Amino acid sequence: MSEKNSEQTNQGSSKQDSGLQFERRDIIKGLTAVPAALLYLWSYYKKKALDKMRSGEIMEELSLRKKAPAVLKNKKPGDLIRLGVIGYGWRGAQDLKAAGFGNPEWAAKAKAGSEKNKLDKRFETYLQQDDLNVALTGVCDVFSTRRDQGVAASISTVRPNSIQPQTEPAKAYLDYQDMLASDDIDAVVITTPDHWHSKIAIDAERAGKHVYVEKCMTRTMEEAQAMHDAFSRSKMKLQLGHHSRAAASHEKAKEIIDNDILGPVTLVEITTNRNSPGGAWVYPIQWNSIEDYGQKYVSKDLFANPKSLDWDRWQGPAPNKVPFNLERYFRWRCWYDYGTGLSGDLFSHDFDAVNQIMDLGIPKTVSSSGGIYRYTKENFPDLIEHERDVPDNFQTILEYPDRNLTVIYSATLTNSNYRGKKFMGHDATMEVGSGLTVTPDPYSTRYKQKIADGIINTSLPMFAYSPGSKDVDGVTSATAKYFAQKGLVYTYKEGKRVDPTHLHVADWLDCVRNGGQPRCNIEEGFEEAVACHMATESYLQGRRVEWDPVTKRIV
Amino acid sequence: MNNKISSLAPDYNQYQLVSLSLLRLLIGWHLLYEGMAKLSNSNWTSAAYLLDSKWIFSGLAKWMVTSPSVLGAVDTLNMWGLTLIGLSLMLGLFSRWSCIAGAGLISIYYLFHPPLVGLEYSKPPEGSYLIIDKNLIEACALFVLAMFPTSHITGLDKFLQKD
Repeated sequence: MSEKNSEQTNQGSSKQDSGLQFERRDIIKGLTAVPAALLYLWSYYKKKALDKMRSGEIMEELSLRKKAPAVLKNKKPGDLIRLGVIGYGWRGAQDLKAAGFGNPEWAAKAKAGSEKNKLDKRFETYLQQDDLNVALTGVCDVFSTRRDQGVAASISTVRPNSIQPQTEPAKAYLDYQDMLASDDIDAVVITTPDHWHSKIAIDAERAGKHVYVEKCMTRTMEEAQAMHDAFSRSKMKLQLGHHSRAAASHEKAKEIIDNDILGPVTLVEITTNRNSPGGAWVYPIQWNSIEDYGQKYVSKDLFANPKSLDWDRWQGPAPNKVPFNLERYFRWRCWYDYGTGLSGDLFSHDFDAVNQIMDLGIPKTVSSSGGIYRYTKENFPDLIEHERDVPDNFQTILEYPDRNLTVIYSATLTNSNYRGKKFMGHDATMEVGSGLTVTPDPYSTRYKQKIADGIINTSLPMFAYSPGSKDVDGVTSATAKYFAQKGLVYTYKEGKRVDPTHLHVADWLDCVRNGGQPRCNIEEGFEEAVACHMATESYLQGRRVEWDPVTKRIV
Repeated sequence: MNNKISSLAPDYNQYQLVSLSLLRLLIGWHLLYEGMAKLSNSNWTSAAYLLDSKWIFSGLAKWMVTSPSVLGAVDTLNMWGLTLIGLSLMLGLFSRWSCIAGAGLISIYYLFHPPLVGLEYSKPPEGSYLIIDKNLIEACALFVLAMFPTSHITGLDKFLQKD
């Protein structure tokens, strides 16, 4: 230290002599950082150049656009379209909300939710929806409470995009035929249970009304054929309610398949993973008197009883008629009399997604198996009174020998481990949800050289697409999270979060006004319905079923 | 300031000077690249980190995320803060201020994500930590560098000295 002190003393006297001047040795010390800074800059640019080269080579190899996929553009709303809704239950309310008629109860809850949790953006997303220039002029439901709720939605003061509230309330109908006969309805949204879909849709087509119908398109194969006969030659526009067709990730996934990034795809895995009574359609029952409900609070207005609910009309074309039964009414998805269980309810979503991305068409053969393994009266004596007949575990294998492709659908309602949607090719695997990733296969032929050169790393995705990645989602419930992972809750349009159902309804209305075919029209709808019914038939008959393209029958 | 640095700075022997200067350079390098990597990624945001925040600042973190303007400001401050602090440490220019600012910034990272007993994060840490993590150590190291400055000898601060 003494040497140092004497050195500093010398330095001091030197500075005194020359003002701000420094000795050469001091200058060199002061510039110690310069070589380090130069080394940093050199390393930084080397890394950037390497990253750019790798990314550029990968993107060039993949022939992919870096930007987000083209988004649905709503054409300018033309003439006013007058809508009627048939079946104003949970999904009916959602579809009408997507058209701009969120019911006041929902709006109050969503607003309160957003005030409590700033990440809850349901209300904000609704308020930012485009004006589709529609009126809600008719509401049909066999349950008076829901009918009233639908009418209330028609004159709701909480409208998106500062649309003025409708002054005239929608007319209430008990019989949908009366609504179809009305002159003030141009198009109908059919959100009844599946057993009513085809009859109402065909009657609507005959009455000259355009149709938006929820999935599954029909309950049986015969009904699917009848709907195809009715709409394939019709001027009326049909949109099947697979709103995930509007998901940005599906558009990008289609681009990846069209560019043959994955190589020959021989296996596609699609899944359903739920683990709660609600997820298995064991919904709460709104009892018919306050005594039945016990301590639980329920609005008296919601009570369903033989007076407020026209049970015979609700059963309608169901093959087996039973006495008034609220469990069947509120949990209809659990019985084949009204729907097709996992096939039509959830497999249909995933099948349609793969059909959209890969243009699958109808499979040649389908084999299904499964069972009712958990949601039984024995396991849930307080919750279940009447046993379901649709399975809660369901596995189905679809073969496309002409395409050298197998599609496996694996569904459980008793475990929520997320398994996603995988497209497995010889060169890479693509996983699709609300975003997507493409991961190269270590044994790929196409990418062999790039893997050997270190340009492609097989332990990482070589391509990832995350729409709206700077936005923050406040998905709170398990079911909402499940739908969000599948891209069913929100998608992104020009960086803005939107409800895909809104885009799907807008697409239908665009076609009604300007011509063209909706994104999920009768042809896609027919393919979806046939695939679902093949899966159901295989399960019920305990054998592999085959599609006969000549007779257009399941054999 | 630089006068103060000189007057407060102890006399170092060669080994002390080299090791302290090296520490300054290494931390500067790290922070500069952290900042520049974020600046060059147009999709980078601190939202996921903030949403995963636990302990006493989790409420504040969620508030930041819910407002796009606040989140935007937080992201900008982060990216430019890290870059400028890193650059300043590397070059030895205004380094004492940077050491204090850097120690503060990294302490904030620690406080939003402390590895305390019982707190679990959705993103797994890259090492095994019990209360002390690398953020806390880096913040402490910056504090040490603020107390034992070197930029007036081995940095551009040398040329700003008026004596």
